[in-house]
Amino acid sequence: MNALQMAFAELGLEPHQIVLVSGIGCSGKEAHNVKCYGVHTLHGRTLPFAMGIKIANPSLEVLAIGGDGDGLGIGAGHFVNAGRRNLDMTYIIHNNGVYGLTKGQASPTLRLGVQTKSLPKPNINEAVNGIALAIISGFTFVARSYAYDVRHLKDTIKQAIQHKGLAFIDCLQPCPTYNNVTTKEWYAGEDRKDASGKPQPRLYKLEEIGFDPVVRDWSEDFQKKMAALDKAREWDDRIPIGVFYKNELEPTFQERLSSRIPFYMERPPAKQKLCDENKFSTADLSEFIKELKAS
Amino acid sequence: MVVDSVNWMAGGAQGSGVDTAANIFGKACGYGGLHVFGRREYHSNIKGLHSYFHLRISSREVLANVNDVDLLAAFDAETVVRHLNEVSPEGGVIIGTHQLGTKVMEIPTLPPEFKAEIAKFMKENGVGETLNDWLEHTKQRNVHVFPVPYMDLLAEIGEKLGIAQMSKITRMINVLTIGVSFALFKYDRTLAEKAVRETFAEKAKIAEMNVTALNIAYDYAMAHFDGFKHRLEKSAVNEERIFLTGNQAVAMGKVLGGCRVQTYYPITPAADESEFLEANQIIRSRNGEDEAIVVIQTEDEIAAVNAASGAALAGARAATSTSGPGFSLMVEGLSWAGNNEVPLVITYYQRGAPSTGLPTRHGQGDLRFAVHAGHGEFARIILASGDIRECFYDAAKVFNLAEKYQMPVIHLLDKAMANCSQTYPVFDYSKFKIERGEFLTEKELEGKEYRRFRFTETGISPRVALGTKNGVHWHTGDEHNEFGHISEEPLNRRLMVEKRMKKLELVLKEVPLEDKLKFYGDINAENIVVSWGSPKGAIIEALGILKQEGFRLGFIQVRLLHPFPAEEVKKALEGKKRIIDVEDNYTAQLGGIIREATGIAPNYYVLKYTGRPVTTTEVYKAIKNILTDKSSGKEVLTFGA
Ligand SMILES: Cc1ncc(C[n+]2csc(CCOP(=O)(O)OP(=O)(O)O)c2C)c(N)n1
Ligand code: SF4
Ligand SMILES: [Mg+2]
Repeated sequence: MNALQMAFAELGLEPHQIVLVSGIGCSGKEAHNVKCYGVHTLHGRTLPFAMGIKIANPSLEVLAIGGDGDGLGIGAGHFVNAGRRNLDMTYIIHNNGVYGLTKGQASPTLRLGVQTKSLPKPNINEAVNGIALAIISGFTFVARSYAYDVRHLKDTIKQAIQHKGLAFIDCLQPCPTYNNVTTKEWYAGEDRKDASGKPQPRLYKLEEIGFDPVVRDWSEDFQKKMAALDKAREWDDRIPIGVFYKNELEPTFQERLSSRIPFYMERPPAKQKLCDENKFSTADLSEFIKELKAS
Repeated sequence: MVVDSVNWMAGGAQGSGVDTAANIFGKACGYGGLHVFGRREYHSNIKGLHSYFHLRISSREVLANVNDVDLLAAFDAETVVRHLNEVSPEGGVIIGTHQLGTKVMEIPTLPPEFKAEIAKFMKENGVGETLNDWLEHTKQRNVHVFPVPYMDLLAEIGEKLGIAQMSKITRMINVLTIGVSFALFKYDRTLAEKAVRETFAEKAKIAEMNVTALNIAYDYAMAHFDGFKHRLEKSAVNEERIFLTGNQAVAMGKVLGGCRVQTYYPITPAADESEFLEANQIIRSRNGEDEAIVVIQTEDEIAAVNAASGAALAGARAATSTSGPGFSLMVEGLSWAGNNEVPLVITYYQRGAPSTGLPTRHGQGDLRFAVHAGHGEFARIILASGDIRECFYDAAKVFNLAEKYQMPVIHLLDKAMANCSQTYPVFDYSKFKIERGEFLTEKELEGKEYRRFRFTETGISPRVALGTKNGVHWHTGDEHNEFGHISEEPLNRRLMVEKRMKKLELVLKEVPLEDKLKFYGDINAENIVVSWGSPKGAIIEALGILKQEGFRLGFIQVRLLHPFPAEEVKKALEGKKRIIDVEDNYTAQLGGIIREATGIAPNYYVLKYTGRPVTTTEVYKAIKNILTDKSSGKEVLTFGA
């Protein structure tokens, strides 16, 4: 939340230009705590709401945020299909491995066999890999960050907003209340100290190992995707954060609409006049009538 | 009952060009100044099963279907078997000579239930096993049979056009039947040619091929057939007319009403509307600056309803269009829209249900569902059109209602209206006004504190589109305070519930009477019919016939189904001797709502739930039974294949 606010400020966005769309989960209320337009929607439905808003008024900076259950469980269908459209907006998932708001059941990112605090039995389902799913679904900016690395998170959010196309951030987030497995300490590697007693952090930054996620020509795309998927498999001992994949060559949904409606960006649905000064509808139906004529 | 129209039916396997034939036929009649009403029936599969189109043609406006068929243009044997009993005495059947030897029990597409019915019919009436035997049998009823050697005619066409490959032209059997039909009706063939050319306007070569086919068939019929008495005669008119379906009327109405975002997930019988909109996406505007509607096919109906809500919050007029299964998925989103006072429009075409039900057939079983869908109590408006003209105007009006009263509006329609087609004088839309309700701009907000859900006397809080400067606010599915922030305070809760709900009182106060109820016939008579939706046309026609026979009878069409105009309905029903409720469902849902809201219950019911719309013929018979005290109280209608 801090990171969001800071990112908006650094990008010089005014509150009224931003719409923060949230789902139902611990992060849902975030939409109420940031000074910008906030739309706190339904469990799993952030992306459809965000899509409607963005299509009606593409000049808005639209950000969708939600839980891992919200986005990859109940809303997984929207997640995959959002990738097909590549709307120019940002989607952040708070990945805590559990359903926080409903008291700690397994979320879709919890791995098989793991038993967090309130699970009566170890998890019987395997995890879905959000990063990999985003890449193969067509998101054109795919990154991961960590809630306790506020600077990294803020910078990642800034990049996501500036990206032309649909951006996804998998934000790793410990849940002190229900997730006693992937805790802050676990991420920091306090369970595995080296000889000198220094914890060996699990997280590392992709930019620091020189990983280049950017597709600059379509001929590179397949390889960049494969490299990103390879990185997406890493977990447990070494967990990458940073940008996995970025491609601005793919036309955005706005660009696709503009190719059919040349004036779409200047006069999107929310900005059309509909009527004259006396309120009479200005729609001219004569072409419809010509098509249906029977006399 | 005298039917003062000519009734033509084309039937054949789905995909064999029945729809195209009916469209050409309808247009050709329209060009001759005639009115047409068409009913389309098809199976829920893409190719192969029986489909048909019934057209009623008259020099006066025709409002509904009748049982009679004066000329049956059968593309295949099944059409004959299905509809022969509907052909009126002195009527005719056009059939390919190559079909005559078909053994009816061996027609592969007949379902076992139907085979059992026809086996019984054959046994009881001593009818033989071939199609020819069946046709010979109906000659006893003075039905004329016109066997056409389609294969010879096609060969002749192939020769004339230099096309050797027969498979390229067999598709034109539908146009051949039109040629034969118009020759039998002695109708001006140039009008048929014009309709063919218009239908294939974008493909000149195909148009020419079809015109050739039309003329060869016309000449053949003129040379070989006589004895058919029905005639179609041109009539002079000096008005411009259109021939359109309910789907098309709704699409045009939405454009007029300012709908600029339409979301949908494909479903029968709603999807045609969205496709028609997308095909005509650019909207010409009288002020010279084109506008456009964005049509989005979403991944499911959940996305469709919520994306439409999002678009509406951003300030666009937005709608989604669906039928029962899709609306079922939209219910959680509807509740959110109710809680957040979103001007969301849902166009709801009912079809045969429950579940997948009869996907391509008709029904009116979802009234109660539309009224009650959603958890919790919230305000909504339900407006039901009763004919294609109303579909058009209402589709525009619902956006005014949604924005003025800031609540979801369900435009409740049905399959019959969606797929029926009718001729009308071109709709006059010059007087339609866009009323956006209390909708604040950046300037009006300057220097003021804005509360999206401000408590006001009427319950309506001035609205602001997302993105407007000085208007930052919040929305939530949780109960909220005036700013839109979550609040569970009991006092705030009470005030918010009351604020949202009392807007319904305003709706009842402000909506004009003709949008609540429409009155037809002799409204002061002691007997009255009540109904809603597509049975309207058949009821009005039945009333007209009954009047000629000396029966005095009124009809109330209920249009505003929620909030329910109890006062007006009560006034209209009080003291009536017979109240006859006509609906296409089993449980008489409107009847129940009337009783609930007014304390007055209908005492006669005319119900139909076969998946086929009511016809004038059967409504007339049922009401007459009731008026002459021959009814037990409930008439269940069954007509239609
Ligand atoms: C349709 C529906 N089903 C169930 C719920 C109950 N519910 C609320 S939050 C939630 C899970 C939240 O988990 P997640 O999305 O991971 O968010 P977190 O609380 O962990 O941040 C569920 C199942 C709901 N609100 N709506
Ligand atoms: S600690 Fe867990 S349960 Fe509590 S708010 Fe955070 S994510 Fe939700
Ligand atoms: Mg979670």
